[in-house]
Amino acid sequence: MADTAILAPPRPPSGAAVLAKRLFGSPLNVVLTLLVLWAIGSAAPPLIRWAILDAVLFPAEPEACRDAQGACWSFVAAKGGQILLGIYPLEERWRPMLVSAALLVLLGYSLRPAAWRPRLAALWALVLPATLMLMFGGFAGLSYVATTMWGGLPVTLILTVTAVGGAFPLAVLLALGRRSELPAIRILATLFIELTRALPLLSILFIASILLPLLVPEWLLPDKFFRAMIALLLFAAAYLAEVVRGGLQALPSGQAEAAQALGLGYWRIQRHVVLPQALAVVIPSLTNTVIVMIKNTSLVLVVGLFDLISSGRAALADPEWSSPAMETYLFIAAIYFGLCFGFGRFAAALERDTRTDA
Amino acid sequence: MTLPAASPDRPAVELVGLHKWYGDFHALRGVDLAVAAGERIVICGPSGSGKSTLIRCINQLERHQAGTVSVDGEEATAEPKRLQAIRRKAGMVFQGFNLFPHLTVLQNCTLAPVQSGGATPAEAEASALSLLERVRVADQAHKHPAQLSGGQQQRVAIARALCMKPKIMLFDEPTSALDPEMVKEVLDTMIGLAREGMTMLAVTHEMGFARQVADRVVFMDQGQILEAGPPADFFERPQHERTRAFLGQLLH
Repeated sequence: MADTAILAPPRPPSGAAVLAKRLFGSPLNVVLTLLVLWAIGSAAPPLIRWAILDAVLFPAEPEACRDAQGACWSFVAAKGGQILLGIYPLEERWRPMLVSAALLVLLGYSLRPAAWRPRLAALWALVLPATLMLMFGGFAGLSYVATTMWGGLPVTLILTVTAVGGAFPLAVLLALGRRSELPAIRILATLFIELTRALPLLSILFIASILLPLLVPEWLLPDKFFRAMIALLLFAAAYLAEVVRGGLQALPSGQAEAAQALGLGYWRIQRHVVLPQALAVVIPSLTNTVIVMIKNTSLVLVVGLFDLISSGRAALADPEWSSPAMETYLFIAAIYFGLCFGFGRFAAALERDTRTDA
Repeated sequence: MTLPAASPDRPAVELVGLHKWYGDFHALRGVDLAVAAGERIVICGPSGSGKSTLIRCINQLERHQAGTVSVDGEEATAEPKRLQAIRRKAGMVFQGFNLFPHLTVLQNCTLAPVQSGGATPAEAEASALSLLERVRVADQAHKHPAQLSGGQQQRVAIARALCMKPKIMLFDEPTSALDPEMVKEVLDTMIGLAREGMTMLAVTHEMGFARQVADRVVFMDQGQILEAGPPADFFERPQHERTRAFLGQLLH
């Protein structure tokens, strides 16, 4: 028999050829391509004109926008402080600014896989109480600022970080508890998850802010801000727990058995063998839940806390200005996008980092 | 490197009147078995006869409902510390390898010694490398299990179990999931262990292995030990009709 030559793989066609084939390869594709081009062509110029060419940015005065044809970015420039920081006393604004900056820097730092060391958890455990203390003040000559005066970005950031950060370990415990061999633990974990999931977040926030004060004596009750924070945390934990449980179910039983056979105890098995694999499997769904929770923090406005959206609305109430709501909400949307997209990138890096099949 | 031996004055493994049910299914029906230190036992029998259940009861991956299980003089109870002590004495190798895919080969071997064996990372690493050397996969130490062949993975699994310095090794069909050309490398590793005096219980259909190393072959059927004896007797003069039928099917 003749030798069969070892052939190089066929060369992929050039990028331009592929693009031409995809865009104009069939009559349907031609029609779709033209339709999309027409849609872009008719939508883009007015948008660019409104957002950039006809827009007003300076001066940041109400008069600047009076005759403007395009976007009134002057409003965002003038009111940015209020949107971002709420009604926190003007002369103390450096405190929420410092808090937001610290949280954002630490979040950004935490995105790098190289930073994932026990040290990082310790850093968070240090920074989070410190930011709360700085927001409150009332020591070292800093004036006391009640949570009712807090608002904007620091509120959103603090609620997100504590609700999601605190919910995650609780979720892991709940997921393990729901699969426990001990009936009492299993029943309690299941009850908590099912009850919490069965209630809308709005009703949980109302229970925390309105119903609890009727049932519990005042001196036992934490501040409204912290009640909302705990409500968000518990709500997130119930959802995350089910995601984590999905990962636990996906793991072959042989993994825990092999660890047991080596004489490892329950918690070490979970910590070193089960959870690293189970969590890696569910990173996409965890990301999904976390991003939903980042945006859910905006619901605290219904119980009278000023997150980004409610301080944006408060800023719009100024009669001096012609209420440029679109610009304000776009500004807020950009901030939410930054937070959520940033977390999405973080999760993608995590996914690459935990791959073991390569 | 010498392996720790089970104390010669008491049985390495002792099962007395062992019963196990899965729901209504009576999987083990009064099994008695005493294994002396240094003894090599091969357990065979038709599928569903309870051989895997039996070997998994020894290190208590399956809890029995009646009877007693003792490993190196320590009787199994539900107490977690006691169970962990028993499992450290009895290493196990599984049909499906069950290596931890998120850890490297070396980390697979050092995890348990460091986390529950009281070894420092440096000690655990040194002893893991020497054991990986012995099963001839030391050059793969920094790869992940998925990058290894089945035979290599099973040899790593053997090394991982040996890292806990067990007195007894349990093998649950260690070659059944392997491609045929890889069976021999795993069996050779097991034969090497047997030569060094390790107390071994192996559930396997490799009758060549049984002939070569077993002190006793145990035949199980329907949750009971039907007969047990040295390989020469077992293969040449099986006592029971069902043993003969089983052997007949194997030799075809």
